[in-house]
Amino acid sequence: MTDLYQQQRAMRAMRRAAMQRGVIAVLDIGTAKIGCLVLRFDGPERFRDSDGIGSMAGQSAFRVIGASTTRSRGVRFGEIDAMQETERAIRTAVQGAQKMANTRVDHVIATFAGAGPRSYGLAGSVELRHGSVTEDDIARVLAACEVPDFGEGREVLHAQPVNFAIDHRSGLSDPRGQIGNRLSVDMHVLTVDATVVRNLLHCIKRCDLELAGIASSAYAAGISALVEDEQELGAACIDMGGGATGISIFIKKHMIYADSVRLGGDHVTSDIAKGLRVPLATAERIKTFYGGVYATGMDDREQIEIGGDSGDWERDRRTVSRSELIGIMRPRVEEILEEVRDRLDAAGFDHLPSQQIVLTGGASQIPGLDGLAPKILGQQVRIGRPLRVQGLPQAATGAAFASAVGLCLFAAHPQDEWWDFEIPADSYPARSLRWAVKWFRDNW
Amino acid sequence: MQPLSAPRRAPSGRNTRRDPAPSRVAYRIHRMWLTPLYRSLFRVGIPVFVILTATGWYFAEPANRQAVVDKVAEVRRSVETRPEFMVKLMAIEGASPVLDREIRTRFPIDFPVSSFDLDLDAMRAEIAAFDVVRNVELRVRPGGVLEVAITEREPVLVWRAPTSIELIDATGHRVASLTGRAARPDLPLVAGTGANENVPEALAILDAARPLAGDLRGLIRVGERRWDVALSGDRRILLPETSPVAALEQVLALDQAQDLLARDVADIDMRNPMRPTLRLTPPAMDELRHIRSLYLE
Repeated sequence: MTDLYQQQRAMRAMRRAAMQRGVIAVLDIGTAKIGCLVLRFDGPERFRDSDGIGSMAGQSAFRVIGASTTRSRGVRFGEIDAMQETERAIRTAVQGAQKMANTRVDHVIATFAGAGPRSYGLAGSVELRHGSVTEDDIARVLAACEVPDFGEGREVLHAQPVNFAIDHRSGLSDPRGQIGNRLSVDMHVLTVDATVVRNLLHCIKRCDLELAGIASSAYAAGISALVEDEQELGAACIDMGGGATGISIFIKKHMIYADSVRLGGDHVTSDIAKGLRVPLATAERIKTFYGGVYATGMDDREQIEIGGDSGDWERDRRTVSRSELIGIMRPRVEEILEEVRDRLDAAGFDHLPSQQIVLTGGASQIPGLDGLAPKILGQQVRIGRPLRVQGLPQAATGAAFASAVGLCLFAAHPQDEWWDFEIPADSYPARSLRWAVKWFRDNW
Repeated sequence: MQPLSAPRRAPSGRNTRRDPAPSRVAYRIHRMWLTPLYRSLFRVGIPVFVILTATGWYFAEPANRQAVVDKVAEVRRSVETRPEFMVKLMAIEGASPVLDREIRTRFPIDFPVSSFDLDLDAMRAEIAAFDVVRNVELRVRPGGVLEVAITEREPVLVWRAPTSIELIDATGHRVASLTGRAARPDLPLVAGTGANENVPEALAILDAARPLAGDLRGLIRVGERRWDVALSGDRRILLPETSPVAALEQVLALDQAQDLLARDVADIDMRNPMRPTLRLTPPAMDELRHIRSLYLE
């Protein structure tokens, strides 16, 4: 785990370097598309002294200067499946964004949806030595968390301190400087498959880019699609992507749970392709143009030409009514939503004070989903679109870009993670420390 | 049976937008191109270096240098000798035949000549240096004519200078020399040193002296300060320095009233206008004395 700690620290250092250079790229590796945004940081915010919070919640510090999307290749269920293909797709996206930005990007923050994320709530506590809490104490309490056995081949993706408590006072977000005897912490740790992360690292390295951060797509979508109140009061963000559906639960502006369902819009497409016996590209087109989940009488009469590209143009002029299409799509959408419901139930979402659910991601754009989702997920459901960020092209403001936009916010204001704190001094090998002290005594 | 029209393209498959991935090399070159250092190097550094090197190498050869200089001269020559810039003849306007001939011998230009080769300023200065020329304008008129517009000085007086006889104009400037007074009997004569410096005054006096007509011989500048009117029979009217015309008019009035000039008077001295003085000729003086003696006896 120390190895990963070092790696994440290196990424944070890389992010700082990118901030100094002023340009950083954001890479959303999805199953349906790979999107790349190039951000330019203009330094500290301009309206800082006049406003309390700052304009646009502090995101006017950066600006999107390049955006590019490409059809994804070699990615399945949000995981890299064929490395060469994915690498090519990343190259396409990065090159397009660089071209638009007219600048070279060296640092990239990446996100992916799959890799079987698993959430753990960790707790730890230490006695305070000096009465008041110092940075070192926070590092110690984070290190003191009891780490469960994540299993073979798992890596920690996020390790965020969610809640601090001093003695009997809980719910502290920043305990530094406060006085007490015992500091305890609740930490949310998200682990993913190590191989997936390693593949991603390899792909990005092959593209001559330096990884400056890595985030779960569900988390990124949550910070962009949930409004501030929802993040504060508690809400779940369902990022319905192409190959995987990410779930993240936020409360008090912290992610406390994340999960992923290995189902998404691509499965709907493949259902249509199988059901209507048409190529996948045609099925995708039919889905986006005519898709829906609620059939009405009008839909029985609306005939869709599916024109299978079988080469027999004269005889292959099949048509299908829209109701039939909806009949194919609806069960799969319901299945996805039910799967999400199960995961939410398993996470104990119904114990949260607020039951707000926000659907986002490309597949959330199916017409009629806002009618179907409340039947399965509960009454407080809305379809969310990502926050508007400065300079983002109109084409990239849709729900499909929720995680890319979230990643922009993540790049600008990353949350404190475990590796942002120094390693507590007493976990260094004691002998070398003693040796260093001795060396100082002898020489000074 | 095949349809004659082309089959409708399926909306999918071949018709979908191509999205080719750049090769690794193309990607790297593109990234390199976006690097500011390389960019400035490729866009400024290398072209400048190549151009400077090529030029330097070319001009290092003396033959090439000479060729460039020759070529420039040749192009310049070819532009200068275009028919639009050629001057075919010189037209002298407002000059007497003598001056015309003189100018043409002074500037023996063999026409046609390019207008770039004519130094009009120098020509103007040289023509203006002729005494007879008051003003000269030179210009190359469209059609290839070098126009020399001359205004000659108008002689108004003959001046008997200490060593020669000259014609002078209204400003006192010399116009030409005369071989003798008889060459221009139509012009009045002035004499004396400094006579040419007070031509307007002389002209005014001459104008006032018009009633004297046949008697008038000329004006004499005395001591470079005042005029004498010389009349026939070696008579003189001595005019004052200031307002000589008024004094002359006074004399003329006397003449008109008492027939002064018809009498035997040598000089009429008006140097002090308040006290006109007469000098009689010796016989007249004798006669006067005689008359006075008669009276006395």
